Amino acid sequence: MTGPRPPLLEVRELRVRYRGQRAVAGAPTDAVAGVGFDIGAGESVGLVGESGSGKSSIARALLRLVPATGSVRFEGQELLALRGAALRAVRERMQIVFQDPIGALDPHMTVQQLVTEPLLEFRAALRTQHAQQAQAMLARVGLGTELLARHPHQLSGGQAQRVGLARALILGPRLLLCDEPVASLDVSIRSQIVNLLHDMRAELGLALLFIAHDLPAVRFLCDRVLVLFRGRIVEQAPREALFGAPQHPYTRALLAANPVPDPARRPSAPPPAAAPAAAPGAPPPIAGGCAYRDRCPLAVARCTAEAPAMRAVGASLVACHRAGE
Amino acid sequence: MTEAREPLLQLRSLGVRFGRDGRELRPVDGVDLELRERECLGVVGESGSGKTQLLLALLGLSPPGARLSGSIRYRGEELVAAPRARLEAIRGRRIAIVFQDPLGALNPFLTIGTQLTEGARRHLGLGRRAARARAAALLATVQIDAPAERLRSYPHELSGGMRQRVLIAMALMCDPEILLLDEPTTALDVTVQAQVLELLRGLRERSGVASVFVTHDLGALASMADRIAVMYAGRLIELAPAAALYAAPLHPYTAGLLRSLPRLDVPPPARLPSIPGQPPDLAGLPAGCAFAPRCPLAHERCGTVPALRAVAGARALACHFTGTATQVDAAWSPP
Repeated sequence: MTGPRPPLLEVRELRVRYRGQRAVAGAPTDAVAGVGFDIGAGESVGLVGESGSGKSSIARALLRLVPATGSVRFEGQELLALRGAALRAVRERMQIVFQDPIGALDPHMTVQQLVTEPLLEFRAALRTQHAQQAQAMLARVGLGTELLARHPHQLSGGQAQRVGLARALILGPRLLLCDEPVASLDVSIRSQIVNLLHDMRAELGLALLFIAHDLPAVRFLCDRVLVLFRGRIVEQAPREALFGAPQHPYTRALLAANPVPDPARRPSAPPPAAAPAAAPGAPPPIAGGCAYRDRCPLAVARCTAEAPAMRAVGASLVACHRAGE
Repeated sequence: MTEAREPLLQLRSLGVRFGRDGRELRPVDGVDLELRERECLGVVGESGSGKTQLLLALLGLSPPGARLSGSIRYRGEELVAAPRARLEAIRGRRIAIVFQDPLGALNPFLTIGTQLTEGARRHLGLGRRAARARAAALLATVQIDAPAERLRSYPHELSGGMRQRVLIAMALMCDPEILLLDEPTTALDVTVQAQVLELLRGLRERSGVASVFVTHDLGALASMADRIAVMYAGRLIELAPAAALYAAPLHPYTAGLLRSLPRLDVPPPARLPSIPGQPPDLAGLPAGCAFAPRCPLAHERCGTVPALRAVAGARALACHFTGTATQVDAAWSPP
């Protein structure tokens, strides 16, 4: 066979609809409304967007934790059709790190048990090596053996997130989903974990889907960035292009609002007049058209009449009628 | 005397203590601080810094079992151990608070209008109609569209940003002298956060209300605060005018925290700066300076607790190191 290798993960027309979720007009709306993207082997992809934009729903759909339609191919295998043992086998190759580091760990287990549990599940035959493997993995994520007998509530948030990472990495996954892994940590600790993810990725050749509010961390960690708005990808671009020459008005608003630690300069707030009508994550008042139009400073009549298709502008793929003008 | 005016709030050796498992925890330990007329005082700290307990103590809302020591004077009147009725008369009327979690701070079963008007009817004796008119006017002030209709909404019908605006309007209902802001932007998306900060700046310019803005985020504070107090493990460790603090932090913790801030306005570094170690555990603080275990300038002398001392430029610092901000910065960036 010639041609490029297929990506590690191929997502097409992914939709997630929660029960009982309805638009103002009465039609059901999708938390994830037809999303498509690829992640190459060893590639790090950032997923950004506001609360309710569907970021976590995408991660949950990839792990089959919520019902979804469309197609998710991982290492060439269609995940949305899998069940039982076949699905379980995939989880060995695709793991997740959650936002709430302490809450994600079973409070009754010790650090040692937490890190060996995935091995018991998937590598039961090699039981004699488990303790040694767990200690080696804990050392790689920067935790000493003095923590082995502790329970989650006896850990700081940063230590617990390292344990979560050790648990996720101990089976040697190809893809790690990180759902806001540093959002609940103290500022002085966050960078420790982001640096660690950076190192682990390089050491293990790991691909990442890094979901975050923290745009500077995304810029540091990710090769490519997807910007999500109300369940749709509105822009995707390589890191330099996204941060250097953002094309979608929403991407620009996100970047401009990031606080600057300098009293002489102010982050720019998008016009507040647009905000009250637009509850984050709420569907647009009328179906059709661009989902961002009621908050967009550039919106014109066409943005109400016609949903913008994804097209190339600069180095970005962007869904906006006005981009590139 | 030019500085004859009394501060709005004056804290002297304020302490908050709890007993836990036979040990005494001190989430607030000997804090001296004052809030001046029209000022926005930022209080910055991370987990275990005591910033939230400090704020609750100002309102007389410390949790059961907490023991307060020292002094909190509001316009000269002592609030520590003041009668409950007196605290209730001040709370909401003279000193109002905006909590971090707008959904948790609102009653889901009551309309926005009922919740907004409750305090004004009690404290100001307004009738229903007058209170609702005032509530609608304040919703307009916090830039909520169709305020009269919104009074009939329930909290779940509003977005997070709108709920936070409602809480700000609620705090303003009795025209307080002091606004306490408890992480008012932390739960919000970055674009909404920028809007709420802009709203707060505007309110301040128009009404001159003084505020204490408590947050973990030095980034959010930059555009708001006149002076900033940095707390660590229950103690005030640095106090400075905002511009000076950002330009030349003197405490190694402040400098480390500033370096750790996620920024887009500078090129991405090869490695994200952070502070090593873990946030302080109040149940197991080291003897001496609580920051010493994480400090690049830690020295033998740090085995004793450094007292807060005055530093040139209307600043104060609790650190044994007596060098310059440049030296502190250099300690964080080894060659």
